[in-house]
Formats: sequence, C-alpha cells, structure tokens
Amino acid sequence: MWKWIQRQASPKVFFETCSRLTPWFFWPFISLLLIGLYWSLVISPADYQQGDGYRIIFIHVPSAILSMMIYAIMAIAGGIGLIWQIKMAEVVAKVSAPIGAGFTIIALATGAIWGKPMWGAWWVWDARLTSELILLFLYLAYMSLNSAFDNPRTAAKSSSILAIVGLINLPIIHYSVKWWNTLHQGYSVGTGGLKDPDMQIALGIMFLASIFLYVLLVSIKARTEVLIREQNSRWVKEEVVGVEL
Amino acid sequence: MTKRQNRMILVGLLVSGVFLAGYLGIKAFSENLLYFYTPSDIVDGKAPANKSFRVGGLVETDSLVREGMLVTFMVTDNIKSIKVTYEGILPDLFREGQGVVASGTVLNKCVGLTCTNTFIASEVLAKHDENYMPPEVAAALEASSQE
Repeated sequence: MWKWIQRQASPKVFFETCSRLTPWFFWPFISLLLIGLYWSLVISPADYQQGDGYRIIFIHVPSAILSMMIYAIMAIAGGIGLIWQIKMAEVVAKVSAPIGAGFTIIALATGAIWGKPMWGAWWVWDARLTSELILLFLYLAYMSLNSAFDNPRTAAKSSSILAIVGLINLPIIHYSVKWWNTLHQGYSVGTGGLKDPDMQIALGIMFLASIFLYVLLVSIKARTEVLIREQNSRWVKEEVVGVEL
Repeated sequence: MTKRQNRMILVGLLVSGVFLAGYLGIKAFSENLLYFYTPSDIVDGKAPANKSFRVGGLVETDSLVREGMLVTFMVTDNIKSIKVTYEGILPDLFREGQGVVASGTVLNKCVGLTCTNTFIASEVLAKHDENYMPPEVAAALEASSQE
C-alpha cells in the first residue's frame, strides 16, 4: 500500500494520471452542467414566495459548499505535504487555491444579487456572510504567501501552515447560522428545506457538476505545475518536450 | 522519534491549538456576533439602550398598518412582541407571518404606570426561511396545518 502511494506520488506517474483524468471529467462536467441547468431553470417549479428569483440557489449553494470543501482539501493536502513531504500533495494544495477562491467569489456574488431584491440589501455584516468573506481573504493570503517564495518547497511549507490555521474558519461558516442569529437563512440541504423533488434533483446535479469542474481544473492545472517544478528532470525533457539526451 | 513523527506531532499541535483558540474566541465574542436581538430580549432589557441595534422575528399576522409611507407592525418571536414603526420602502419579501430584521432604536414611552416600547426602525430587511416549495405544496401544507 505504502509502495503504491509512493509510486502514484512520483511526479511522472502523477502527471500521467492527471492527463488521463482530464477527458474523463470534461465531458461528464459539460453534460451534468447542461442537464443541471435545464432541471434548475425549466423543470423545477417556481417558489411560493420568491417566484423565479430563488433559482440562483442552484449556483449559490454548490459554489458555497465547494468553496469550503476545496479549502479543506487544500489544508489536508498541505498537511500531508508537511508531514510526509509528498511533493504532489503540495501541487494539489497550490493549484486548488485559485479554484476555491473562484467558487468563493461566485458564492458571495450570487448571494449579493439574491440579497438585494429578497432581503433589501446587497450585503450585511452577519456571521455567515462575514465568515465566508474571511474565507476569500484566506485563499488570497494563501496564494500571496505561496507566490512570495522562489523555492516551491519553502513556499509550500509556509503556505500550508497558513492553510491549516485557517481551517478553524470552516466550522464557523458552517455553524454560523445555527450558533448565532443571522440574516442568512438556516440549512435548506439535509433538513428537508427543499420541499419539491425536482428542486432537490436540480441541486444535486449542479453539485455533482461543480465537483467534476473542480477535479477537471485540478487535473489541468496540476500538470502545468508539475512541468514547471520538474522542468529540469530527465522525463520531462525526454517525454514531454521531446528532446534527445 | 523519527523526523516524520515529530512533524506529525507539530501539525497535530497546530491544529488543536488553533481550534482551542477558535473555541475560546467564539465563546468570548458570542454576544457581539449576534446579528439581531429577539423581541423577548428587548422586553427583558437585554438589548442595548440608547444605542442603535437590530431586532428580528416574525411580522405578526393582521398587525400591519399603513398610513402613507409610514408603516407600523408587530414583530414577535412567538413569546413576546414589540411594535415597530418604519417610514420607507419595504423589501419584496416583507409579508405578515414572514421573518424580518429591522435596525433602529427603542423608544420607551410611559403613560402613568404602563410603559410601552416602540422600535423606531431606520432600515427593514426581510429574512427568508430555509424552505423552498412550489405554491401547490405551500397550499397543501397550509391546509394540513389547519386541520
């Protein structure tokens, strides 16, 4: 088992795995997205209070879940890189950061667009919104710290520690609507908040599509990152660039 | 102890330290993180006096009175309720029986021995709940709750 992990974590094997993953996630992502959007915008019924305006949750909720999930993956991969010195874990952590930041921005923006007509305000400083904004700042801090070092190993070390410290924000975001009075509503997912089966299916498909998008982007970005890190190694020169040594 | 075990312990200490600090911080600042107070808090005197704050709850059914731009309604948490006045445009989702968060100050008026609290709102936001459903389901739920 340990041998197998070590083999998978070698830059060359990891690069090849990523290359194989990309097409397996590209087409499923496109199909899930199209089916999900059709289910969200056409098949799902309008809400009894908000009419069609509620449909933004089909983007907002998956983005918000992914923004937290990716942060957890980033911190865990960073921790694995710290403890077991697996370089490919550092790569996964590094390339995940901008993707997670993207999902965070989508969650914040769609929430603001929904908030203006429904609540009457683009933004309020309640616990849920504020902690999600802090998550965005954590991603930005991670990315800045990571790019502040010339040596990728040193960069991974410091930024991984930052990512692990920031982990405390995840339970705060998740439980903020339960622990404190917030303007943001409580959990709709997992509590039967979505009363219509078509709404549940639409949200499920959009969530799956988001996960596929994340893996797809990681598989593409990780390859670039591996090539940059391993540019002087023999296998990159021979097999990727095609230079005879 | 190997170097790897050393690092594992360090990361473990870091994680537990951060979570302990977070837990203590949340405990200490819990009150400041409340976005709004409930009508019961105000009646019990837990809300800040002479200071702007927010009150949240449900708009009591049949309590809404409009006089031009001036609206008056009762906000309740199903235990206690408080009268709120507001002058301005209400958000789309503002409805009787629905959640609302208003910011402003409490005005305490005493006539003889009876004192009444009125909340003078400068901003009213609608608070949506976590339920999403088509009108038919809402109607069916309504019907079954009345049986």
